[in-house]
Amino acid sequence: MGKVSVTVQDLINHTNLTVYSGQDFLSERFLTDTEISRPGLELTGYFDYYPADRVQLFGQTETSYARSMTSKNRYHVLREMSTDKTPAFVFSRGIKPSKEMAQAAKAAHIPILGSNLTTTRVSNIITQYLEKVLAPRKSIHGVLVDVYGLGILIKGDSGIGKSETALELIKNGHRLVADDRVDVYQQNEHTIVGEAPEILKNLMEIRGIGIIDVMTLFGASAVRTSMEISLIINLNNWSKDQNYERVGLDNKVERIFDVDVPSMVIPVKVGRNISNIIEVAAMDYRAKKLGYDAADRFENNLTGLIKKNSESDRNK
Amino acid sequence: MEKKDFNIIAETGIHARPATMLVQTASKFSSDINLEYDGKNVNLKSIMGVMSLGVGQGANVSITAEGDDASDAIAAISETMTKEGLSE
Repeated sequence: MGKVSVTVQDLINHTNLTVYSGQDFLSERFLTDTEISRPGLELTGYFDYYPADRVQLFGQTETSYARSMTSKNRYHVLREMSTDKTPAFVFSRGIKPSKEMAQAAKAAHIPILGSNLTTTRVSNIITQYLEKVLAPRKSIHGVLVDVYGLGILIKGDSGIGKSETALELIKNGHRLVADDRVDVYQQNEHTIVGEAPEILKNLMEIRGIGIIDVMTLFGASAVRTSMEISLIINLNNWSKDQNYERVGLDNKVERIFDVDVPSMVIPVKVGRNISNIIEVAAMDYRAKKLGYDAADRFENNLTGLIKKNSESDRNK
Repeated sequence: MEKKDFNIIAETGIHARPATMLVQTASKFSSDINLEYDGKNVNLKSIMGVMSLGVGQGANVSITAEGDDASDAIAAISETMTKEGLSE
């Protein structure tokens, strides 16, 4: 995937920033960096490390310093700040841009935006949006279901019954996030979020029936738009030669971007109710998170028993 | 019927991991395979059964196999016993 970018118009659509000027330039200015710049030193004329391609955010400090400058100086630095890469100027706390700012921005086709919120809040809102949309993404073949509040990604070969298993889970009161194609991105160091591509939202394909709309058939409680992936379940055709997890002491993971997501392999066989097993896997995962690890506890008890037996064997 | 005795030398005994290996080996064969320890007999293809015995260091166990591939099964189990350091 190439470098992603969004326009200032997208930013406006997803945040509650007001457009002060440059309405016509919104779709021609692009955002490529998730970081935000607060131009302090630049106002003094130091442009050696000016991050021109970032949103330039003006708070109380920046504007009050700019006010102390002469009109000519102010226009000069603001004009230098207005490069062809600069996406937008943003003013927090309801501060209105100066005449020079408006002129400099207009000359370079840069929109000026604003908000009544504090600088930190504005910065957070913009960063959060940019991190979400600019994060690298990829598509995974699988079904993402919310089971007891845990995002479970069901993977496996085509035709193994991923969608059918998900359908059964939905009938049991769980929720569909995405069927067949799950788009994932990394939200932070330890979170991978999955969602459905817009066109497939709420839809599932069930062999023999075709495309169904889960929202229409099961209601609003049966769907959700995106979710963190907590556990990956790989469905495999039962094979005599493969060794499946028997005790549960090995914690396997699968890497998505830079995050290790816990994973397990569940063999599929006639007579095994996979949706039931997935529900149990989800509950067991939650129990482990709460500090109750059955396999671990059993292992400790076993150590005790072996020790006791060893001693009585020795005394025979 | 094939039968073989083993003396368990591993310090941790037949703990969860070696038990899993034994069960995995036994499961590859169609013969009925049992493990006897201290007068108790369990199916060697059952992980919970094997672990429930809590076989420790110094214990004597015997493995019996009955079926078409009984001798192959005993050979494979012996190999696993050695490989896992359970027995010599």
